[in-house]
Amino acid sequence: MKFFNFHLMPYAELDVSKIRDHGSAWVTFPNSHYDPLVGSKLYNRFLDELEYADQIGFDGVCVNEHHQTAYGLMPIPGVLAGALARSVKRAQVAIIGRALPLVNNPLNIAEEFAMLDNISEGRFIAGFVRGIGAEYHSTGVNPAESLARFQEAHDLIVRAWTETGPFEFDGEFYHHKYVNLWPRPYQDPHPPIWVPSQGSAETIAWAAQHKYTYCQTLGAIKTVAGFFKRYREEAEKSGYEPTWDQCAWSTTIYVAETDEKALNEARPHVEALQNEFLRMPMEMLLPPGYTSLESFKHIQPDLIGKPQTIESLNNAGVIIVGSPNTVRERLAEYQQLAGFNTALVKTQFGTLPAEMTRNNMDAIAEEIFPQLQS
Amino acid sequence: MGHTESIQELAGTRIRLMRGTRAQSEAKPTLLFLHGAGGASAWLPFMDALAQQFNLLVPEHPGYGDSDNPEWLQRVEDLAYYYLDVLEELDLHRVHLVGHSLGGWTAAALAVKNSSRLASLTLISAAGVHVRGVERVDNFIGNPEQSLRGLVHDQALADQLLAMEVSAEERERQLKNRFTTARLVWHPRSYDPHLPKWLHRIRIPTQVIWGDKDRLFPPRIGEEYERLIPGAKLTLLSNCGHLPPIEQADKTAALVADFANNVTAGEGAA
Repeated sequence: MKFFNFHLMPYAELDVSKIRDHGSAWVTFPNSHYDPLVGSKLYNRFLDELEYADQIGFDGVCVNEHHQTAYGLMPIPGVLAGALARSVKRAQVAIIGRALPLVNNPLNIAEEFAMLDNISEGRFIAGFVRGIGAEYHSTGVNPAESLARFQEAHDLIVRAWTETGPFEFDGEFYHHKYVNLWPRPYQDPHPPIWVPSQGSAETIAWAAQHKYTYCQTLGAIKTVAGFFKRYREEAEKSGYEPTWDQCAWSTTIYVAETDEKALNEARPHVEALQNEFLRMPMEMLLPPGYTSLESFKHIQPDLIGKPQTIESLNNAGVIIVGSPNTVRERLAEYQQLAGFNTALVKTQFGTLPAEMTRNNMDAIAEEIFPQLQS
Repeated sequence: MGHTESIQELAGTRIRLMRGTRAQSEAKPTLLFLHGAGGASAWLPFMDALAQQFNLLVPEHPGYGDSDNPEWLQRVEDLAYYYLDVLEELDLHRVHLVGHSLGGWTAAALAVKNSSRLASLTLISAAGVHVRGVERVDNFIGNPEQSLRGLVHDQALADQLLAMEVSAEERERQLKNRFTTARLVWHPRSYDPHLPKWLHRIRIPTQVIWGDKDRLFPPRIGEEYERLIPGAKLTLLSNCGHLPPIEQADKTAALVADFANNVTAGEGAA
């Protein structure tokens, strides 16, 4: 199994009752709660953590993109990936992903990713997402155009990476008289493309058709197994058999000496992530048009944002928290159950402080890698 | 006073059309009402009052309620051009055009382009124009109850509306209306920055009706319509929110009817 250290870079030093009082950490959570003296230290701490992940043997490091939220401080993930492309010496550097529909010029993303691919000398992984619903409140992009913009931006970026320029691009949303990318990507034909999703059937099918790595962002392991199964079925329809590397599962791992100790230590931080940083009203998460009207009718509002305990998350296999032995056994079992060979591991989550994060990373590298990393 | 309703193809799109019955057979002036973002799935007392004096047409916009949802519908401009096609296809003349909220914006955009088939224009709590610094409630981020409470001034009426039982079919219509509205008005949120510079082209008699307690489109926006449309006159309804046709149905219908009748009478005199 390949292990990537996935960082959300939350505004971790926050009294989370502030989020509770406001109702959500997204879109309208006042940025008066952001203190630059605290935030600047967090950025540097989190970058240190990802550099450390490289040193202790993680196969890659991942950042992602969200806007106007204390949940994650990475509205422009390329800034962080640019720093990491120099300081991470061995591991791959992944942005999973950049929200394509939110920009008015997708060529900026093609350029940014091509630069990262060159600077890292081919260690870059390009993740493409639509952005979650809240992003459409933050940016003003019409959620009804999200899917079509995503597909068109994707087509434009891949063409810009692979075709000799200059050429003209005339789409529904994007119009370019001259497409002629400098620099071209380092990897041939282009950096690997990963597609993170919460499990939308359309996205799974699309990723499989394009032979892209499918990343499952959140979910109980049994549900995840269903999504990966669907991915393989869709690939089969397209006439090929994907490797397990093409299925990536994003989870949280926390390791301590005993199960009980691990649960007790991780509890406030896991629950802060799940119940405070992630919480948002339905209207924010799913603005009209982000899903089709038909899919929207089948979404049950009471299943969104239901408070969870660390036990409920751990028992459902959304996260893996426990002793080294427990974590090894469960991860191996989940791998066989769901069929994935890439683990995107949050070693820091919610309000987890620096020292506990380091200890957790060390424990994963020392106790888990020897048996499971390949 | 009754009404008929039918699903019919109009200007290339199948839509649901409600018409007042009695006046239809008599030679009454035509009044075309363009509904707001909430749709027009029910025949309201406001419509009933107008149907006594006018040949009242209430189409459900493409994309709303039981009307079809055509792919070409992406902007309020598209809706305005659609109704220009409808006026031509039905060969209507001297029409009193009345629009509420989203329908008001549509009506204004239509009249800017071509008012040759119109006798008068009434804008009720119309969207479409933004005035810098005027705060507006965002009904896409609130939950359904918050949104409804923001719409009406009298919270006892809000309680009443919230307590009403809504059938599964009506719930689906409301959801469809919300999706279509978001598609049309998401960004810029409920206005067209280019509309104000062409409102001077509306040269037919125009009145503007507004609730003085409208929080979605505060009365300052009504004043802007009054300022920008030559000769337009603004009437404020006191203690009224964003839904004059529901919150003050009789008064609103009377204002609409009196204005239209005056215009018609003026034509006769001239």
